[in-house]
Amino acid sequence: MTMPQLEIRAQEFVQGERVFELHDLAVSYGTNVAIRGVNLDVYKNAVTAFIGPSGCGKSTLIRCLDRMNDLVPSARVEGEVLYHGKDLYAADVDPVEVRRRIGMVFQKPNPFPKSIFDNIAFGPRVLGLKGDLNERVERALHQAALWDEVKDRLKEGALGLSGGQQQRLCIARCLAVEPDVILMDEPASALDPISTTRIEDLMHQLKRDYTIVIVTHNMQQAARVADMTAFFSVDVDESTGKRTGVLVEYDRTAKIFTTPADTRTEDYVTGRFG
Amino acid sequence: MSSRALKGGAFKALLLLSLTIGFLMLVVLLVDVFRDGLPYLDMALLTNPPSSDPDIAGARPAILATLYIGVLLLLFVVPIGVGTAVYLEEYADRTKWYNRLLEINIQNLAAVPSIVYGILGLAFLVRGLGLGRVLLAGAMILTLLVLPTVIIAAREAIRSVPDSIRQGAYALGATQWQVVSRQVLPAAIPGIATGSILALARAIGETAPLIMIGAVTYISFDPTILGPFTALPIQIYSFLRLPQEEFKLLAAASIIVLLAILLTLNAFAIWLRNRYRRTW
Repeated sequence: MTMPQLEIRAQEFVQGERVFELHDLAVSYGTNVAIRGVNLDVYKNAVTAFIGPSGCGKSTLIRCLDRMNDLVPSARVEGEVLYHGKDLYAADVDPVEVRRRIGMVFQKPNPFPKSIFDNIAFGPRVLGLKGDLNERVERALHQAALWDEVKDRLKEGALGLSGGQQQRLCIARCLAVEPDVILMDEPASALDPISTTRIEDLMHQLKRDYTIVIVTHNMQQAARVADMTAFFSVDVDESTGKRTGVLVEYDRTAKIFTTPADTRTEDYVTGRFG
Repeated sequence: MSSRALKGGAFKALLLLSLTIGFLMLVVLLVDVFRDGLPYLDMALLTNPPSSDPDIAGARPAILATLYIGVLLLLFVVPIGVGTAVYLEEYADRTKWYNRLLEINIQNLAAVPSIVYGILGLAFLVRGLGLGRVLLAGAMILTLLVLPTVIIAAREAIRSVPDSIRQGAYALGATQWQVVSRQVLPAAIPGIATGSILALARAIGETAPLIMIGAVTYISFDPTILGPFTALPIQIYSFLRLPQEEFKLLAAASIIVLLAILLTLNAFAIWLRNRYRRTW
């Protein structure tokens, strides 16, 4: 998709349905504030990219969206995350149920030490999903563009796949539980350029059916795949030297990359910084 | 030759010497035991009860008791040890003082001399619980003895399962129980099995705690779980105390049996470890 096409799509989204609404969100680990003051909306069926230099809290932020931060005992989330209008951190919300609806793909491919089939089937099995498991596994592998490469060796170990295949397996594993949103935390940063291209192509196909949020270091990647882009930066406290991530600018990708409102964004996307 | 090269050579010689000492001791022990014991290593040793006549005396009750103890021990120690390890690794909040206290306790228990466990068993199992001097009490006291070893081995195995596996499972909507039972434990099984077998081997060779709780030295009938018993190491000891020279040879033959059991267990543990060694 070219940038003008993305721009047209993006303009439609901003009037569209909101999946997430973040209000004054802050995350701290113990006494360290990792990121604060984040206000942004994630739109349905859009690809939203979080970009910014290391330590700007973009990975921390994406882990708030499926409550993976709950697994870190010292993490504390303040502010509000609305998911389809409902408070994701309300007392009656079960984080396990949240993660079943909001899938996540990690930076480093993390297939389970089991067969390819059992990797995909793990989610449906633990969730007790109804329906034919074989069909579900095949569908997920098709969606992740991996079926043709693995259809003859579903019983073989997943650790024998290449890095790029492993990452697509992890995407398939995520799709097998039919999530509403897919969160991707630098999904291609450990992969070679060819595998990266395949993952990006996949994202273009997947956004027809899913809402995708991706964290990336790679600005070109954001420009290629994202409808909306949020740029984060690091604030350094003069007196304590503590570093905190802040949201600098959030807009349509084309706007961020061509006519950003903030000079920090411009410096970053033009490669003068970071 | 330069002095630097000489030093290097001397160091290597020293290392070889240390190796040789250990190795020679083992060879001398094995040769001596086999020379004495081999002629007496026959079916009678395995199938006959002890007797005052060395020609028909065997160690059948002791061998059986050792096997019973081994099976009971595994039944006790694996669930308790793995359960403790899972709690400490996956559930315990390390910032809480009672969890830290538990950890320190377990580490210290591993260093307690085995005779102390014998005293504990005598006081609490044999007398306190009123079990009496029975095989079950022996298996229970050996369970306590090797429990810290199993816990430590199981914790190592659980800890070596990378966190990315847990995260991947959680991200799919698995509960903590599902993550532990379907991902962490299956991946940790080889390590847990290896540790448990080595612990079993250690327990089977133990003598002191069993003497303490009164494992009887002369038993001519097959043991039962709730009956009096002896074990192979104790049987060897009691053979050696008898005056006739032939019993010394019978003891050597029994040592061969005990060694065979222990070496088989160790070999199985090594095989397991190599078979399931995984690179992440």
